Amino acid sequence: MIKLVNVNKYFGNLHVLKDVNLEVKEGEKLVIIGPSGSGKSTTVRCMNFLEEPSSGEVYIDGELLTHKNKTELVRRTSAMVFQQFNLYPHMDVLRNLTLAPIKLQKKSKAEAEELAMKYLRLVGLEDKAHVYPGTLSGGQQQRVAIARALTTQQKIIIFDEPTSALDPETVQEVLDVMIRLSEENITMVVVTHEMGFAREVADRIVFMDEGRIIEEGTPEHFFTNPENERTKAFLGKILRQ
Amino acid sequence: MNSGVFAPWRWEALWNSRQEFIDAFFVTVEVSVFALILALILGITFGLFSSGNNKILKGIARVYVEFFQNTPLVLQVLFMYYGLLYAGVDLSKEQIGIIGLGVYTGAYISEVVRTGITSIPYGQTEAALSQGFTHLQAMTYIILPQSVKIALPPLVNQMVALIKNTSVLAMIAGGDLMYRSNAWASNGTLSYGPAYLTCGILFFCLCFPLTYFAKRYEQKLKNRAAASNKEVSAE
Repeated sequence: MIKLVNVNKYFGNLHVLKDVNLEVKEGEKLVIIGPSGSGKSTTVRCMNFLEEPSSGEVYIDGELLTHKNKTELVRRTSAMVFQQFNLYPHMDVLRNLTLAPIKLQKKSKAEAEELAMKYLRLVGLEDKAHVYPGTLSGGQQQRVAIARALTTQQKIIIFDEPTSALDPETVQEVLDVMIRLSEENITMVVVTHEMGFAREVADRIVFMDEGRIIEEGTPEHFFTNPENERTKAFLGKILRQ
Repeated sequence: MNSGVFAPWRWEALWNSRQEFIDAFFVTVEVSVFALILALILGITFGLFSSGNNKILKGIARVYVEFFQNTPLVLQVLFMYYGLLYAGVDLSKEQIGIIGLGVYTGAYISEVVRTGITSIPYGQTEAALSQGFTHLQAMTYIILPQSVKIALPPLVNQMVALIKNTSVLAMIAGGDLMYRSNAWASNGTLSYGPAYLTCGILFFCLCFPLTYFAKRYEQKLKNRAAASNKEVSAE
């Protein structure tokens, strides 16, 4: 479904992705873990060309993603949930959800709103349809952002550290929504530090460090007998907390 | 005869020439309106250029802004006036005023637009792009509507400055309010007092409503935000 082939990315002189090869299969729940600065976010941002690789290829459904076709290809395949939510503050919640379906997918207002309400119910915020994002808590905003991603009904949803900017007490409400989502047939790519979530939801976990994929495998593999020393050190540190 | 600066007979003389002032007032209004339209077009265009990713467009915008911000408006207008005269281009003084003021104010508005755009967190653009909006659509639906709130007060300042700057047309005998007030007084009764005071009042009448309504609009936006906050805490 998404395939990265020998992807390299430089920010100036900084080599942040080094020959990354990764394939995400349809319906798969892929979780990417690793220390800060390891290239996790850049990897997933290459999947929708928010970052364009310095070299290497990205394929979506077998189609090569290029600077030229990125808008069109992204429009019909993926949605993203950001660390900082990035809701549109000048629109109410409902409008946040319906903007892209109406403007890009040419849905009628009624149709888009019906969909939006369905997904707001799914994230438990149907009573917030007409308030502005600035009045919601962080956890609520992120749930709205997830509903916004769902309302575009894409096959792939990319989560870039969705709980890292949240207060500890609201992390779980967002994770609960994501766990509920994982039961659907949506392809999920999730960058996270939440090991409990990774363990429960992931079909496959990828560990990255210093711009490279170090190890990948099932949750059992990772949490019972990781092979690489760096993986062990990372998991040891993060699980002890 | 009473020779005081504001002697009653001077006011009488001005009243008798009122049509001249009314005409001049409308020349100033006309030049202001058209110059403002030109300035907004240039300002938004170059503002988008300078906040975008294209290095060439960015460079062009930079040169434009720096050139017109760092040379006097009077010099620009005079230069255009004599330059065009020599080049044999036949433009009226009002047209020269419109172009000169429009291009000059456009440089300032471009900076206002750039600041407005860059003050919106980049995450907003990224969210729009990740949904499949083009850069232009992201600007139209997401960024510019948010920038308006930030850009409005400085934008109105620029509009007011533009109206006041129509007075440089007096340097090329432009038929504007400043020029005609001065000309009327110096060619006739030397009634500078009433002429300048009237001129000033007319400028004030043009500019004050703008600043007033801009303040009202700002307040309205603030109240609206406060109201939606209250709505939530009441729940």
